[in-house]
Amino acid sequence: MEECKIRVLVAKPGLDGHDRGAKVIARALRDGGMEVIYTGLHQTPEQVVEAAIQEDVDVIGLSILSGAHMTIFPRVKQLLLENGADNIMLIGGGTMPEEDVQALILSGDAKALFTPGTSTEDIITWIRQSVYSGESA
Amino acid sequence: MHELVSRLLEGDRRAAARIITLVENNGQEKEQLLSELFPHTGKAFVLGVTGSPGAGKSSLVDSLVTHYRQQSLTIGVIAVDPTSPFTGGAILGDRIRMQDHALDRGVFIRSMGTRGSLGGLARATKEAIKVLDAYGRDIILVETVGVGQSELDIMATADTTLVVLNPGTGDGIQTIKAGIMEIADIFVVNKCDRDGADKMAAEVESMLDLGHGQNPYWRPPVKKTSTIDGRGIPELVGAIIEHREFATASGDFAERRGQQLKAEVSEIVEDYLKKMLWSKVGANAEMAQLLKDASERKSDPYTIARRILEVF
Repeated sequence: MEECKIRVLVAKPGLDGHDRGAKVIARALRDGGMEVIYTGLHQTPEQVVEAAIQEDVDVIGLSILSGAHMTIFPRVKQLLLENGADNIMLIGGGTMPEEDVQALILSGDAKALFTPGTSTEDIITWIRQSVYSGESA
Repeated sequence: MHELVSRLLEGDRRAAARIITLVENNGQEKEQLLSELFPHTGKAFVLGVTGSPGAGKSSLVDSLVTHYRQQSLTIGVIAVDPTSPFTGGAILGDRIRMQDHALDRGVFIRSMGTRGSLGGLARATKEAIKVLDAYGRDIILVETVGVGQSELDIMATADTTLVVLNPGTGDGIQTIKAGIMEIADIFVVNKCDRDGADKMAAEVESMLDLGHGQNPYWRPPVKKTSTIDGRGIPELVGAIIEHREFATASGDFAERRGQQLKAEVSEIVEDYLKKMLWSKVGANAEMAQLLKDASERKSDPYTIARRILEVF
């Protein structure tokens, strides 16, 4: 009997130490039946990508509250490409201006970005749908 | 040969990661993958680390990895955390303590959820060990979930088992209880920077004075460590080497592995038999009727079980 469990890496890249959001999300995804690999604070993009590869996750979720999103998302995406691991979906959350969100989605550096006010239920649903539709494709 | 296996044997870490996933998900290719990997296994030394939640298992693993990397040994780490029995989800947080090694290609860390297994390991931990063994890792450290007193699967999985204790976590009577205190090849009193470490170590020693473990010729040493400043780590590594040498020389090592293999084969056979039997029973009208009778108290589980064994 094959069982497919969604695996998500939740990481906090950069220097800000506010990990409450990341923990809330990690907990919500756990309650949504997913395996959440939580790597903690102050991750470099290189660390995030290497961990995602070893853990063979379906999704990377970055929590960024420092304003460094325009640097970090493209860098992580680039590293995924360089490692031939761009099948891993890159999503994120945090405080980001709407125009930056649009820009990152448009450039393909992030697949989805969830800003404050998003319900955790919406995020779970989004991940489930995207992972399962990606697998059948 | 499966494409992933040949890639793994060439040292492709993504193939290793992918195979663990397929094996863990019980995918169709699982058997083929494991069969093809098997001839390449048996070389790695498997070190088990167990203890209660928060005892410092992950930090200790991290310190050991640092030590082994200084000797240029390649490392695999399998860290297990519990899966929710309600949602099937899990938070796998052991990597947090191992971030120093995130960019070291000589260290491969994999987190696993228990997925319903109750013995302190994940259902597929043994298989994941084989994958990392075939991948060529010299030492594989296996960290169990935070255990209580009787999650003992690690004993049947590791070559050497460390039981991690802390100062001030119970009096002498805890140390003479059955279960986890019996499976240690080496005791580690971690967080020895805190008060009570000497007392804890002395209590374990006096427990050992009364007799110890499975092998009368190996008295588990008690080592005090602190992962904050690395105190005691070299001594612990020394004890691990001593145990390995002892177990090799005494034949314990070979015997343990032989038993593990036997247990594994019987597990696979039982699994097959179960599946075969229940698919037959499920399709059988008489059995459905018997079960119905039992629920009305006209028959009983023992009679039905005997009947099933007669028929199939």
